[in-house]
Amino acid sequence: MDENALTNGQRRQSRARQVEFVIEAVIRVLGFSAIGFVTLIFIFLLREGLPTFFEVRLGNLFGTQWYPTFGLFGTLPLILGSLLVTVTAIAIALPLGVATAVFVREVAPGWTREILKPMIEVLAGIPSVVLGFFGMTLVAPFVRESLGTPTGLTAFTGALLLAYMSLPTIISVAEDALDAVPKSYRDGARAMGATEWQTIWRVVVPAARSGVVTAVMLGLGRAIGETMAVMLVTGNAARMPVTLDSLLRPARTMTATVAAEMGEVAQGSVHYHVLFGIGLILFMLTFVINLTAAVTVFEKKRRGGLR
Amino acid sequence: MMDRYQVQRFGFILLGLVAVIVVAPILIVIAAIAVRGIGAIDWQFLTAMPRDGMRAGGIFPAIVGTLWLTLGTALVAIPIGVGGAVYLAEYARDTVLTRAIRLAIINLAGVPSVVYGLFGLGLFVLFLQLGTSIVAGSLTLAIMTLPIIISTTEEALRAVPTEFRTVSASLGGTRWQGIRRIVLPQAMPGIITGVILGLLRAAGETAPILFTVAAFFLPRLPQSPFDQTMALPYHLYVISTQVPGMPPENQYGTALVLLAVVLSLNVVATLIRSSYRRRREW
Repeated sequence: MDENALTNGQRRQSRARQVEFVIEAVIRVLGFSAIGFVTLIFIFLLREGLPTFFEVRLGNLFGTQWYPTFGLFGTLPLILGSLLVTVTAIAIALPLGVATAVFVREVAPGWTREILKPMIEVLAGIPSVVLGFFGMTLVAPFVRESLGTPTGLTAFTGALLLAYMSLPTIISVAEDALDAVPKSYRDGARAMGATEWQTIWRVVVPAARSGVVTAVMLGLGRAIGETMAVMLVTGNAARMPVTLDSLLRPARTMTATVAAEMGEVAQGSVHYHVLFGIGLILFMLTFVINLTAAVTVFEKKRRGGLR
Repeated sequence: MMDRYQVQRFGFILLGLVAVIVVAPILIVIAAIAVRGIGAIDWQFLTAMPRDGMRAGGIFPAIVGTLWLTLGTALVAIPIGVGGAVYLAEYARDTVLTRAIRLAIINLAGVPSVVYGLFGLGLFVLFLQLGTSIVAGSLTLAIMTLPIIISTTEEALRAVPTEFRTVSASLGGTRWQGIRRIVLPQAMPGIITGVILGLLRAAGETAPILFTVAAFFLPRLPQSPFDQTMALPYHLYVISTQVPGMPPENQYGTALVLLAVVLSLNVVATLIRSSYRRRREW
């Protein structure tokens, strides 16, 4: 009886050990899954997008005219359209974001912070199609009337929306960067007789500079990949944004082109491959942007700058 | 000439104004959609099939479709995401490979949503021949959600003090027993917060489901996971751009329902996190 119980116990223990071995193996595999998924995304974009470069001459592909029905696949207006909208968005969002981060971290009393932080999180949570719908129905008419443009659906309207959509990212990264500036810097500046205001702009913000650069990179990555909001408010005209008033005219981004046209193309057609090719460009762009941002963070961590 | 303290006072006021400029539009968006949409919402709008080319009737199939998609996303993303986070927080050492995993997660988080759509179309819909279906859409959304779930879960796990693990080990527990019985339960509120944040992102996304699941107009409920379905965000896109003569109150009503779903989940996540911060004993 006793002996039996012992062997049962031993058996149970060895089974438990086996189960544990299996579980730990599964966890290890799951840990590496992220690498697997990034690779899979890259492979399938290549698989469907690479034929583009054999089917369409490079001169056509990087030409200035996007008329897929006539076999004209010039992606330049789309790339420049994305660039125009994104860069304008960051130019609006950067000063707003940094100022808000400084306000939240350095100036605002506790209760204000308790209100601002959740509000900014709410902004991050609003679906982009809802923001796009709001932009289309309410912001665009406002832009048209206040700027006197023929249509409210312009590159500027898109940039305005994108600026707000990238604000949560910029603010939270900039806040972390400000947070990481050692207290001794502030104490030193204050001891020299600087006011809080002088300390913030001449010591704290410059010390957090690389974090702010990271914030801009991540905001840029978020903005360039935004699809639905941009598609709903930019007017989607594939024209070269080379004139000065381009900002006040309709534009069309890479993301909006893929989203709008993918549903209508025949699988395996040239147009289909070109759209995947644009997806490939987008993937590589955001990959490089995020990699750069991540590397600055890693560098910082190694030097003991962050936290 | 202002002295430097006046400059400071002036500067602080300016910063406060900027904060208002940042925050006020958020309230305006929510208020504008709520005011214009509330009139459209009644029992019929929420529970009836769309009629008359979606210009009348309700949005029931879109609501059900979004529920299905979110559920499918949860089924796939939670085990992979939490498992991956357990590996990173509890097992991984700081090696080149671990660093590669972190880079991969950062990049997954940065992949544009429409590129996820292309990927889902290429892999799930065409290559694995799942067709445009709830399964294909859920898998696509799940991969998009992973980085959010992994990073929030890892943070929650790391917040559990090391002593909890050493005590478990000193009582003869194995590493996995310590994780399952001590660390995971302690980190659970943080994990749930992260999962909710990830899922609400999935519920609100349009671009990834454009080519993988969404049906333009399908006035019946999905019969199986391999069916197409309508979904709230895609429905809002369709009725605001593709349907001429759409009554605006129905558009705002749909936007309001979507916004309400997402924001209420957001509030739930925030509440769980803050009550947990207040209650924890370490």
